[in-house]
Amino acid sequence: MPAVQATTPIIRKTALYNTHRQMGAKMVEFNGWEMPVEYPSVGGIIAEHNTVRTGVGIFDVSHMGDIRVAGSGALAAVQHISMNDASRLAIGQAQYSALLYPQGTFVDDVIVHRLGQDEYLLVINAGTREKDFSWVRDHTRDFDCEVENLSDDFTQIAIQGPKALELLQKLTDVDLSAVKFYWVTRGGVCGLKNILIARTGYTGEDGFEIYIPSDEDTSAMVWNQLLQAGREFGVIPCGLGARNTLRLEAKLALYGHEISDTINVWEASLDRFCKMEKQEFIGRDALEKAKSGGVRRTLVGLEMIERGIARDGYRVLDEAEAEIGYVTSGSYAPFLKKNIGLAYVPPRFAEVGTIIKIEIRTQAVKAQVVPTPFYKRPKKV
Amino acid sequence: MPYPTDFKYTKEHEWIKADGKNATVGITNYAQESLGDIVFVELPKTGSEIVAGKTFGSVESVKAVSDLYAPASGVVTEVNSELATAPEKINKDAHSAWLIKITLKNPAELNSLLSAQDYEKFVSEEAGK
Repeated sequence: MPAVQATTPIIRKTALYNTHRQMGAKMVEFNGWEMPVEYPSVGGIIAEHNTVRTGVGIFDVSHMGDIRVAGSGALAAVQHISMNDASRLAIGQAQYSALLYPQGTFVDDVIVHRLGQDEYLLVINAGTREKDFSWVRDHTRDFDCEVENLSDDFTQIAIQGPKALELLQKLTDVDLSAVKFYWVTRGGVCGLKNILIARTGYTGEDGFEIYIPSDEDTSAMVWNQLLQAGREFGVIPCGLGARNTLRLEAKLALYGHEISDTINVWEASLDRFCKMEKQEFIGRDALEKAKSGGVRRTLVGLEMIERGIARDGYRVLDEAEAEIGYVTSGSYAPFLKKNIGLAYVPPRFAEVGTIIKIEIRTQAVKAQVVPTPFYKRPKKV
Repeated sequence: MPYPTDFKYTKEHEWIKADGKNATVGITNYAQESLGDIVFVELPKTGSEIVAGKTFGSVESVKAVSDLYAPASGVVTEVNSELATAPEKINKDAHSAWLIKITLKNPAELNSLLSAQDYEKFVSEEAGK
């Protein structure tokens, strides 16, 4: 009999775990991490969501992973393993991208930051940390670069919402208004030197993500200073519950839902981040072939017409109630006050206005295909 | 929030308050706290029959879907229609925001349910898990 290694899943905690508990956060297990899902004492998911849309909220996103690729062959390595064109990045610029399998499906989606002449930082998902690091390491061996897993080095805090800039500006010597969306810089934050500050996020709002040393005292100090300094803007801590509804309203993909190892780039409608014109990258050949064949299914936004909430995994039916697809993410949308979702359906059902049905526990409930993103932040005048 | 002593409770976190053959059913404060912001309630129609221990509807928060279990058998005489547009009333006061009213088939069924004291003990153990 083969020896079977009994593995007990280890639930990991971020450096802010005790801080969250002290604030009365409701904790849940998410991708192997014990994370705050909401802070009932400040109002819960709906209040957190709407505060980010109208003011500012802060999130502990330290469960996200970080991979540093550096050396004279770093650009070539990043180009080889990611679908966007990293050669277009100036130093201090970032881009949304993805690591692909040879068949054009997703290892993970990532944000690629160019930190220096030959230095890149890939920010990756919590649930795919180990898989991503192995993937990047194994597929960059032929390039003159080093690959480092910095995932445990940072406490990552996201400051999100129209008031995010004003709040963070109180605690940094960097002129944040000079940092454009999807750019990154370094500077002092809360007395700490040389802190990475990126104007990125996962909420559909303006905002920043800061990377601070991951010891508990420093992490708690920065977290508490953000809450203190943000009091005049009505800042509240926000959990993964609001993070999920915010990203859904903005139609930002979530690994394991809209993208996965069985869904390709064209199906996920992420074409604009996939640069076929750059020379070569893993997944390119399969995508080239897939493109000429057309897609079997495509991601659409839906809004419930009849009463009910579409949930992840629910079946999508046509008007005659034959199965045509499935819901990847679905929820009540707190800011839009509608029941919305994302679903994979054959392209002939993708036109806006198409009536579809969602099977909500044996009942076929009417919905329609709507334009996405469901929410787009107002442009500043 | 105190658990009214004239209610009976289920381990699935519903409450029932009976007056002779007429009873009112809701979910407990513990249930609304665990669910978080409630955004949707699905209830049976007036005149339909519910059976003790079986589901009779559902309540959904932003994050979760939760079935409702009938604390006793009976026929639905009234549905709290306010909850269709204002389900958050349950978060505000779960013990007054009732879901349905029923005519009990057998009021003796309530004897097997938990008292306020027993229910409180039950949820404190649940919360400690």
